[in-house]
Formats: sequence, structure tokens, C-alpha cells
Amino acid sequence: MIEEMSRIVRTMTTLIFGFIMVYGFYVIAHGHLSPGGGFQGGAIVASAFALLLVTYGTNQIQNFLSKDLFSLIESTGLVLFNAFGFLGIGATYFYNCVSNSGGVFGSPTVIGINSGNLNTGGTIALMNMAVGLEVLAAFGVIIMTMSAAAEILNKKEKP
Amino acid sequence: MSSILMHAPALIIALPLLAAFLTPILSRFNGKKISWFVSAVLGITLLLTLYMAGHILIDGPLIYVFGGSEAGLTLPSGYNFPIRIIFQIDAMGIFMALITAVVSFLAAIYSITYMEEHTGLDKYYTLLLLLATSMFGMEITGDIFNFFVFFEIASISSVALISFRSTISGEPAEAGLKYMVVSSISALMVLFAIGLFYGQYDALNIAAIASFMQYTQLDKIALILFVTVLAMKSGAVPMHMWTPDAYSEAPAAITMVLVAASQASLYALFRIIFTIYNITLNTVTVGWIIIILGVLSMFIGVTMAIIQKDIKRLMAYHAISQTGYMLLGVGVGMAVLADPQALESFGISAMEGGIFHIMNHAMYKGLLFLTAGALFYRTGTRDLSKMGGLANKMNYTTIFFIIGAAAIAGIPPFNGFASKLIIYESVFQFNPLLSIIAMLVSILTLASFVKVFHSAFLGPQLEEYKTVQEVPKSMVLAMGVLAVIIVFFGLFPDIIVKNLVHPAVMALINQSRYTSTILGGM
Amino acid sequence: MIGNFPFVAVVIMLGLGIYSLMFKKNLIKIAIGLTLIESGANLFLIALGYRKGSVAPIYTMAPEGAKMALPTPQALCLTSIVIGVATTALVLSIIMIIYKKYGTLNTDEIRRLRG
Repeated sequence: MIEEMSRIVRTMTTLIFGFIMVYGFYVIAHGHLSPGGGFQGGAIVASAFALLLVTYGTNQIQNFLSKDLFSLIESTGLVLFNAFGFLGIGATYFYNCVSNSGGVFGSPTVIGINSGNLNTGGTIALMNMAVGLEVLAAFGVIIMTMSAAAEILNKKEKP
Repeated sequence: MSSILMHAPALIIALPLLAAFLTPILSRFNGKKISWFVSAVLGITLLLTLYMAGHILIDGPLIYVFGGSEAGLTLPSGYNFPIRIIFQIDAMGIFMALITAVVSFLAAIYSITYMEEHTGLDKYYTLLLLLATSMFGMEITGDIFNFFVFFEIASISSVALISFRSTISGEPAEAGLKYMVVSSISALMVLFAIGLFYGQYDALNIAAIASFMQYTQLDKIALILFVTVLAMKSGAVPMHMWTPDAYSEAPAAITMVLVAASQASLYALFRIIFTIYNITLNTVTVGWIIIILGVLSMFIGVTMAIIQKDIKRLMAYHAISQTGYMLLGVGVGMAVLADPQALESFGISAMEGGIFHIMNHAMYKGLLFLTAGALFYRTGTRDLSKMGGLANKMNYTTIFFIIGAAAIAGIPPFNGFASKLIIYESVFQFNPLLSIIAMLVSILTLASFVKVFHSAFLGPQLEEYKTVQEVPKSMVLAMGVLAVIIVFFGLFPDIIVKNLVHPAVMALINQSRYTSTILGGM
Repeated sequence: MIGNFPFVAVVIMLGLGIYSLMFKKNLIKIAIGLTLIESGANLFLIALGYRKGSVAPIYTMAPEGAKMALPTPQALCLTSIVIGVATTALVLSIIMIIYKKYGTLNTDEIRRLRG
């Protein structure tokens, strides 16, 4: 993964990777309405990072996507997930106290065949976003670490 | 106070989990004191477990419904069934949870000084907290898919901890890979069997499956899968190949927690056989299969242990042989489950011996692994032929090693003798040959530990160990607490058997009490 | 008869996965075998939830007479896929460390722990 790829590939990557990230965030946000959710959307956003890594090579991307920042985002996402679980501790842990109550993500759920209201869901929607944040950061750390290790192994092999 | 008790089952999962996620953030501010934070969190979890144990042993099982206020859902047509993930803690569950709480707290205290000079410590403590959370989850859950999720979390975090020292040499990574392949296959076969249950009975709750169970052909396949893979994860022969590598290459505190994790898989095996199947299966056949697994483990474990030169590998083979004692005791209880008179006379006491041995084994095997870790910390080697003459420099370690070795060999007044005596007496009434094999294995265990004591501690002072002194305070404290527990259990075993072990055995045998706690009105 | 085809595919995938796990010598092929077994188990879970002529379960309170496929096995399969990703990442990282320390990926030569 040392050399970067040809001009066609670089141009297309620069155009497309923003759209992939937006699509990934769309899948994360609409997890309680359509198929998708935290993990799936996070994996889509992480594939945008992998696209950047493959096209431009490890040496250039290492300064752009830093492992420390990703690690911090991952921990934040996990702590948020646990904190949302503690929100409903009045009844039980993980109780959905935000749904059907008005406020953010609190409208009543529409019954029957409909096109979905983003404002429903309660703590399910909030936890989806926390999990999505965590998954994209975790995948980022994994691919950055693996490609950095592959760099070291490559350097050792070429005498 | 009663609201803490009401939420305690969720808190012993949620608190270590929250601490595990906070550890990377907090270690950016102060990397040195993170071990104190982890020990504090695990200490609070230990207090919560003790509080819950006091309540459960008096008042009966506790239920916790995640995300709802009641355990059942009534459809508009009037049909009532259990819904949501329900945690159900009865006497057997809290017995195992006590072992896990004590062992993980002492591992955190031991690691304060043992892992001090390592880098990447925030990941070590995160993984330790995740391993503790998943072991608690395996032992107190009442939902079989939730058990699978915690099972996988435990195997992933323990593999990462086993390979923790792989920056120094390559062997921990090899041991970790073997363990990961074994764990992965076991977990996927468990998932397959869960799919078989779900496809037939449309329920994932253990109590619901237990009440719908008819012993069809598919249930026989599920039983074979469960017995094989859960015995594989506990280290029973003939699937024991991963145990010596994994236990010897992990850091010493982690080996102690791994022993408790293997016993959590053993608990799951007993829970599935006794609560889900109970007397619908052919108890004599399944009981004899478990007895044969137990006898093979005892014998092969101890004979492979005598010839070892590496101290932790030797102790790992002994862990396999002691697991054989637990399987033997509970297998005898299973074989007479359908026969109420035999059950009353010796079946229940055989199971009491086996289950009491679980707790004793965690204590003395943990102490032995911690002393091996102390020897490695000061001398830098695990090879018995290179050690010698350490007794007059490391006083505390020598005394703790003597206590641990006497306990594992079954010498009174330590706790190994108490549980082994119960097993010998009750198994003798079932089949005298098994009891004689058990006593023979005990003698061979004593022989191999005399050999270890002689090579490591006695003998002339060696040149390269002139500057060796006693291990730091936190390691001595952790070993000391375990030694006190061993001596206390050895001197007063009938307090423990009457108050902790006997309710656990009755909770395992009594399937209807388990199901009626959740399905009370359904 | 044709409705049993997913289950036949499950057995084939499990068989191929166990074959490649037991009889292949390269570590990467062992990792691929693990992934195959996991895919077989996930396919089994999803195939359990199908009812003939049903629709996707994505709205509340289906109208009378409509059948929905069961949503629970889909949630179980999703959890299992996430766990499989974590397992694969860990196994591949450990294989990279083994390659760095031992210099080979052949299981016959990675046998320093024996006895």
C-alpha cells in the first residue's frame, strides 16, 4: 500500500467519498424507520475511509486521519450509549423514557402503513447515533493500525 | 436501599461496562493511577454482589427486566408470553457470580504492581473490565441468546489479554490464535443450537424453552452440540489442547480470571442440562457421558502434569484434572436424577461436592497461579530447572505456595480436603471404582507439587538470584486474601455447604421453581 | 422440496468451513474457514424466520390477512455478524503478529509450544 493509484482513481475518489459518508450518516440516522441502523451505517462510513487509504497510500493518509482522534471518538460514542441507557433508570435500565413524550425524538409512533416520521423512536434513535459514531471510529482505528503494521512488515522484507 | 437492590442485577453489568469505556478517556489525564480506578470499580461490584447474595439466599430468586416494567406481554387476543431480555438470578447464579467478583477484584489489585512497567496499560484494564462484565453476564442471564453474546465477548477479550505480551516474544500470539479458533468454533456451534431451539419453540427465554421442551430429534442434536462445545471451552479431555498454552502464556493475574471464565462455561453446561432438559432426557446415559469425561480429564491431566518443566504449564494441566472432579461429582448427580431415593441418599451430596469444588478450585488455583507470577516477576523465568533456593528470600511467597499446594492435594485442614471428601464418599456409593481413581489422582497431584516445591524453593542459593527479594505489597495482599479464604473454608466447611452450596444444588435440580418465577401467570 | 434449499446451503457452507479449518496448512486459509462457518450459521438463522408469502416487517400493526416475516432472527443474525467482524479483525491482527515474529505462515512450523 505504498504507492498511490492512477489519476483516474484519485479523481473519482475525491469526488465520491463525500457522498459515501453522507449516505452512511443517512443510514445511521434513519435506523428506527428503515433497514439499517448504527452498525450498518458506521460500516458504510468506514468504507469511505478505507477507500481513501487504498487510493492515496498509507504515508499520505496517516497525517490526515489520526488514530488518537478516532480512539477518542470511539470512547465518546460508547460512554454516550451507556449514559442513554441510564436515562430511564427510574423504571429499569434501558427503559425508553423519551418516546411518546414530546421533545427531541419524542413524537408518538404512527401506526399502519406510512412513510415514517423521523422524530419518533425515543432512546432507540439516540442509541443508534451513539453506536454509529462508535463503529465508524472503531473501524477507522482498525484499518489505520493494520495498514501501519503492514508498512512496517513491508519495509522489513525489502532489504 | 431497596432501589439499589432492585437495580443491582443491572448495576453489576452496567458499572464495569461504563468503567471499561471510560478508561481510555481517563488514562489520557493520568496514566499511572488508572489501576486504582479499576480496582475501586471492581470493589464496588464485589460489594453489590455480596449484598445481592445476602438477599437471594434468604428471599429467593431475583428478576430484572431490561427496558420494561413487567416480564410478560399480553396480546389483544389474550395470549400471554415472556418478552424482553430478563435476568434471573437464583442461588446457583449468585454462587458463580461471587466467585467471579472475588477473582476479578483480586486480579485488579495484583495487577497494580505486576503490570507496572508495561506500555499500553489502558487497553489491558479495559479488556480486564470487559472480561469481568461478560463473566457476570454469562452467569446471571435468563435469556439464551444473551448468554451467547456474553460468551463471545468473554472469548474475544480473553484472547486479546492472552496475547498481551506478544511484543516481547512470539509464543503468546500463537497461544492466543489457538484459543481464538477453539472459542470461535464453540460459539458458532452454540449459535447453531440456539437456532434449533428458536426454530422449534419460538422462544429465547430459558424458562420458556424449559417449559415447552419435548425431547424431539432436533433437541438431541442440540444436546450433543451443547455438551461437546461447552466441555471444550471448560478444558475437559479430549478437547483440552488449548489449555496449557493459553494458561501459561497469559500474564499471571489474567490466568486466574481465565480459570473463572472456564468455570462459567461449566456453569452454562450444568444450567442447560439441568434446567432446560431436566428429566426429559435419558439421565443415566447423559450422566455416564459426563462421568467418563470427568474421569478422563482427571487422569490424563495429572499424568501429563508430572513430566512438565514449565511451572505454569504444570499448573494448567492440574486445572484440567481438577475440572474432572467437578464433572465427576455433577455427573453422578445427573445419573441418579430420575431416581428419587438414590438422589436423596447420595446424589445431592455428590452434586454438593462437585459444586463446592468449583469455588475451592477457583481459590486455590488462583493462589497457585499468582505465586507462579510472583516467581516470574522476580526471577524472569518460568523454567523449573533454572530456579532454586528461593525459600529464604521470598518468605511470603513460600508460605502461600505451601498453602495452595496442600489445598490442591486434599490435605486437611484446607478446603480441598472438604470438597474432595464429599466427592469420595458419595461417588463410592454410586460406583466404587470411580472413587478409587479419584483418590489415586489426588496422590499423584501431591507428588507433582512436592516436585515443584523442591525445585523452586528448596536447595542451595543460586548465583544469579542473589538480589531477589520479596514481591511488592499489592501482590502479597492479593495472595494473602486468597490464603485466608482457603484456610477459612477448610476450617468451617459446613457453614459454606449449608448456606451457599446446598441452595445452589437445590436450585439446579428444581426446574419448576426456575420456570415458575418468570412464567408465574402464563 | 425447493423450500429446503437454504438449509442444504447451510450444511454445504458448514462442511466447507470445517474442511478448510482442519485440513489446510496456511493460517489465512484457516481464518477464511472461520468466516465460512460463521456465514453458514447466520444463513441458518435467517432461513428460520421466513414464512411463505410474507412481507418485510417494517411497519407497526399489519393490516388484517397480511403475513410478516419474523423480525427476531434478523436481529439475532445482525448481532452475530457484528461479533463475527470483531472476531475476524482480532484473528487477522494476531496472524500479522505471528508473521512478524515467526517469519512464516505455515502451521507445521509454528509449533514452539509443545508438550
